Amino acid sequence: MNNSGDRSKDFTRRAFVVGAFQGMALAVLGGRLAWLQLAEGGRYKTLSDKNRINTKMTAPSRGEIVDRFGVPLAINNQNFRILIIPEQTNDLAESLQKLTNLIDIDDRRIKAVIEKSKRSASFVPMEVADNLNWDEVAKIEVSLDDLPGMSIDEGEVRSYPFAESTGHLIGYVGAVSKTDLNGDPVLTLPGFKIGKTGIEKSFDKELRGQAGNKQMEVNVRGREVRELEEDASLDGKRVSLSVDAELQRYCQERLAEHKSASAVIMDSKTGAVYAMASQPGFDPNLFTKGISAEQWEALMANPAFPLNNKAISGQYPPGSTFKMITALAALEGGFSTPNTKVSCKGRYEYGKDRFHCWKLSGHGNMSITSALMRSCDTYFYQLATEVGIDNITVMAKRFGLGEKYGFDLHEERAGLMPTKEWKLGRYGQTWRPGETIVSSIGQGYLLATPLQLAVMTSRLINGGKAVKPWLVGYVDDKKMYPDQWPSIGIKQSYLDLMKEGTDRVTNHKEGTAYDARIIDEGMEMGGKTGTAQVKKINRADRARGIMNEDLAWKYRHHALFVGYAPLDNPRYVVSVIVEHGGGGSAVAAPIARDLLLETQKRNPAISDIKLSNVIEKPKQYV
Amino acid sequence: MFDTVKLNTDQSILQKLQHLGWGMVFLVSLVACIGFAALYSAAGGDLNPWASKQIARFLVGLVGLVIIALIDIKIWYRLTYPIFIVGFISLIVVEAIGHTGMGAQRWIDFGFIQIQPSEFMKIAVVMALARYFHAVGRDDMRSFRFLLPAFVLIGLPVGLVLLQPDLGTSLMIVMAGITMIFLAGAPIWMFIAGGIITAASMPVAWYFMHDYQKRRVQTFLNPESDPLGAGYHITQSKIALGSGGIEGKGFLQGTQSRLNFLPEKQTDFIFTLWAEEWGLVGGLFLLFLMALIFIYGIAISLNCRHAFGRLLAMGLVVNFSLYVFINIAMVMGLIPVVGAPLPLVSYGGTSMLAALVGFGLILSCNIHRDSKLPRMQ
Repeated sequence: MNNSGDRSKDFTRRAFVVGAFQGMALAVLGGRLAWLQLAEGGRYKTLSDKNRINTKMTAPSRGEIVDRFGVPLAINNQNFRILIIPEQTNDLAESLQKLTNLIDIDDRRIKAVIEKSKRSASFVPMEVADNLNWDEVAKIEVSLDDLPGMSIDEGEVRSYPFAESTGHLIGYVGAVSKTDLNGDPVLTLPGFKIGKTGIEKSFDKELRGQAGNKQMEVNVRGREVRELEEDASLDGKRVSLSVDAELQRYCQERLAEHKSASAVIMDSKTGAVYAMASQPGFDPNLFTKGISAEQWEALMANPAFPLNNKAISGQYPPGSTFKMITALAALEGGFSTPNTKVSCKGRYEYGKDRFHCWKLSGHGNMSITSALMRSCDTYFYQLATEVGIDNITVMAKRFGLGEKYGFDLHEERAGLMPTKEWKLGRYGQTWRPGETIVSSIGQGYLLATPLQLAVMTSRLINGGKAVKPWLVGYVDDKKMYPDQWPSIGIKQSYLDLMKEGTDRVTNHKEGTAYDARIIDEGMEMGGKTGTAQVKKINRADRARGIMNEDLAWKYRHHALFVGYAPLDNPRYVVSVIVEHGGGGSAVAAPIARDLLLETQKRNPAISDIKLSNVIEKPKQYV
Repeated sequence: MFDTVKLNTDQSILQKLQHLGWGMVFLVSLVACIGFAALYSAAGGDLNPWASKQIARFLVGLVGLVIIALIDIKIWYRLTYPIFIVGFISLIVVEAIGHTGMGAQRWIDFGFIQIQPSEFMKIAVVMALARYFHAVGRDDMRSFRFLLPAFVLIGLPVGLVLLQPDLGTSLMIVMAGITMIFLAGAPIWMFIAGGIITAASMPVAWYFMHDYQKRRVQTFLNPESDPLGAGYHITQSKIALGSGGIEGKGFLQGTQSRLNFLPEKQTDFIFTLWAEEWGLVGGLFLLFLMALIFIYGIAISLNCRHAFGRLLAMGLVVNFSLYVFINIAMVMGLIPVVGAPLPLVSYGGTSMLAALVGFGLILSCNIHRDSKLPRMQ
């Protein structure tokens, strides 16, 4: 019994030892728990949030581009896409198969996705289908649980309702390239588009907007569970143009019969551009919806360069449309008077050289106005030899030739107005007087863009105001254009003389564009024809066999016309160039007439640029 | 003096129920309820798939617990070795036909239930040791000859469990067995010598370990070295615990578990889920309940008048506490991940039933604390 009692006591002692160990163990566990949750709690809280919170950028909506009446020229259409993350599927092929039971997808597309999945990381979302309609979206939405790894992504796709009519003007958006990256985080968003040409490019910063942030709670597989917080994105601003979209469309269509042509319609008083067309056009929607290789090849192979906006980047010899500048340089410089007469014998001799007037039989006795009316070359040859090239170029620059305006489209080119110094620098040769003679009728080195010719014409008939052309009237409600333009300081009587001459071009029986005159009362136009010689076919060209139709076209004359209307207090100015079109009076003048007539009928200048949509936004453009 | 006291050795069922030790049943139920709540949360606020099954198992197990407790300790005493033999055979069966799960063979599939014999073997080993030492005189404990059969009783099942292979369970059987030997009165020098030998044999053990076991030990030593691989579990568990703070994220608000960052949250990492949602307060409360259970069990052991009951009750408490320590220490990154559930709380049939069987036996010791058990039989 004693033994039993001792044993019991010993057990009790030993049981207490075991109990003490258990107590210690519990204390260690409790201490560890307190350490983790108190001392380290903050650190682990952060880690926990990092685990579960996925911060993602949200794309801003790109700003709309509208015309002066609020008609949308560039809008965002909803674009529903199906994305699949291969990692989250059990079997990619099986998941895709399930999808084909719900919506129509090309077999080739499925194969392409599977192929692509082998080459990219398994957590990268891939697009399976896009441009889904509502029915398809609804079908997929309800069975999304049976489609592991798939999600519906609601994006936006840029759409251009006026398609080809505004291709050059508005431009298009495209994927961000490496050189575009400038630190703006929004550019790193997958699928983000930025302006590549046109207004889309030059006003990209305003249109783009600012990215937002969205904090999503994700589970361990990265699937989004819910939204925690959103710092909303700031949508891009609305850009309101001076353009009249319908006039723009008319203008583009009026040029369509020609292989390569361009035209500008602008306001001589304000500088507002109402239309600006370049033929051939292209559909900017091709670029946003995905252009096929064939379509791209076709655009690139077209000798008329459909992607170039020739209205601002095409540089042509201004031809006879330049004669007013030569005349004004002579008048202002005192080398001639309004009464100066020149006798045209169909040719002009200077030293050993002989220069022909276009009318080989000669125009006879010419005054400044009749010389303009009948486009007599000899009259200006005569003036030019006295004025000199440098004075002519100074005058040309006062009328906006040979310089860039900082126009709203970056594609604008400066053209070329030569000086003696320029030639020395460029070719290392001294200026020859014969070159001045050629320059006086807008040939030789001289180059101008259709936009510049429109600006020149505006300054001629607006009382000598230095208007500059502009397209963007408002960014949101911020006014982007000046109300007043400075004077270029030309005597009004000289300008009146030019107007009288150009009036007669179209409204006098002997005028070069009389056949293209406007007969509607109160809408009559004035203007000046031009026919620019492109290039003399030299012996080397002949040796290369330049005989075929296409190249022959390439060396035909350009047809030009600058015009204005109405005659009384003119407002609208137009310039037209038909590349290799032949004569200005026969080809360019009728186009200018139609454009000025249509412009006056629509009379866009009568109303200011509207800041809100008056026209209900159409639901879907194609 | 004990023989003069003749107390309720032949109690009626009603008397036995009165003396069952309802406090222990209450504590056990409370801990189980914490498990239900945690499982409800693990399923994202749903009784299915885990909580409902766990409740059903608990209720069945609770009835079993009471029945086991009511059965006379003498019967358990007599059944000890047969139970040990049945357990041993089922371990061999597991080795032969058992299913492979988690890289180790542990289950016997009866179709309606999967049983993990090693869980019950732990109880059988404790019972067998209690019976053996009950019969061995205290003075005999000084002799190594008398300890040898105890080593066999421990060594045979440990060998088989190691074959499965299940290092965690074998270590727990060894630790429980050694504690039993200590409680039975083995001389202290043996434990010191044993400790030295164990330390010396560590490299050998390392050599025989499976790759996945080695990896676990390695990642335990430096979990951040491989945050997305093997160390992932423990790193995520620590994040969950730590981010719980003092008050926790709130019921059903544990982001780590709800968003599946926490692996095996319904089984081995249930404590993490609990402490993430209920914070330090909830974690300490659960530890406090466990402490009360230990104390209650030790008190039952100390009140027992026979060595079998004392050793059995104490052995089972130690067995239970080892589970608790190993599981919680594991999820807090104190020891390597060994794959041990938190008894009464973790989802799992075998673990729940084994724990309740254990408490049934402890309460049987409580009811029959005054029974007379012969030294030899």
